[in-house]
Amino acid sequence: MFRWIVARDLTLAWRRRADVLSTLFFFVIVVSLFPLGIGPETKLLRSIAPGVVWVAALLASMLSLGRVFRNDYQDGTLEQMLLTPQPLYLVVLGKVLAQWLVSEVPLVLIAPLIGVQFDLAPDALRILFVSLLIGTPILSLIGSIGAALTLGLRGGGVLIALLILPLYIPVLIFGAGAVDASISGMSPQANLYLLSAFLVVSLVFAPWATSAALRISLE
Amino acid sequence: MPGAFLQLTGPNGSGKTSLLRIVCGLMTPERGEIRWQGAQIRSLAEEYSRSITYIGHRNAVKEELNSLENLRISSGLAGFELSRAQAEEALSRMGLAGRENLLARFLSEGQRRRSALARLITCGTVLWLLDEVLASLDNAAVTLIEAVIGEHLSKGGMAIVATHQELHISAGSFQRLELAS
Repeated sequence: MFRWIVARDLTLAWRRRADVLSTLFFFVIVVSLFPLGIGPETKLLRSIAPGVVWVAALLASMLSLGRVFRNDYQDGTLEQMLLTPQPLYLVVLGKVLAQWLVSEVPLVLIAPLIGVQFDLAPDALRILFVSLLIGTPILSLIGSIGAALTLGLRGGGVLIALLILPLYIPVLIFGAGAVDASISGMSPQANLYLLSAFLVVSLVFAPWATSAALRISLE
Repeated sequence: MPGAFLQLTGPNGSGKTSLLRIVCGLMTPERGEIRWQGAQIRSLAEEYSRSITYIGHRNAVKEELNSLENLRISSGLAGFELSRAQAEEALSRMGLAGRENLLARFLSEGQRRRSALARLITCGTVLWLLDEVLASLDNAAVTLIEAVIGEHLSKGGMAIVATHQELHISAGSFQRLELAS
């Protein structure tokens, strides 16, 4: 059942590759604009790099979140998923996992590469990768709550941003903080542990909240 | 009641769709409750879902998938897996033979509906809730659906169908509920 959801969403994403690629290109371009705009001041670039990459990752995830449930809502498949004999929790978890694999993992993989533009040391790049790897699932999980709440609303895209971006703030602080720490020669461990704790908490609660929101949206 | 068939009729906006959505548990009624084998459907939750098949206005057919994938995936989600051969058989009975591998985007409205209704043949659930499923189907398909529902009833299944069209179903006991506006 779980694997049917994931396989289905991955197939659908593959058939609409353009949507996925546009998110990735958005991320790459937004991050690349900063070094181009600021010029070759390596010290300044190095200090803004963690924040810039993380903010771009948050915004890119906003772009893909609207799609998590909207298409399924419009053609009636979401109704059918609510009527399946499995807990809705698993359905949501499957869909979020697929969304993360499709929209966030490419972004995590490419981040170290575009981090080079900011003259980051290999160690900092490694921490950037790890912090994004732990942090982006949280973005998908929390974002799914907003996507479910704004389902079927006109102008839902802007509303999602208003609802969800404030909730992303802790992830941003600790994610960027980990890279910052590594750049200034301190240990990023504390930040990464806190980020992992967030991941565990949102893994438990977010699908549950999303399920409740979906039931309300579909009444 | 095994073999019972209930047709819902009534003017537009009289609440046929709402009633079906309440019966399948997607909506909560303002008053009253729905019971399945004596227990409230809210308390049965997933167990109840295993006994019903709901097909609504919207076909629940993904445009980016072909009929075969649509049928196998929706069955997989509903908790029973279909082999490729079983799915092909159901689709050919629905008159979609030779078009199994066409993306639903390229099918006509009626063909998409047929592809959605193929689920009835394979689902094996007891209670069918069908909402205006005969819209955009041609006469041959309507006859086919009547036959499928008839078989279902004679095997002890039940069906609630909201439609304005006259249905000719020989098996089971036929009741009509007319909703006032």
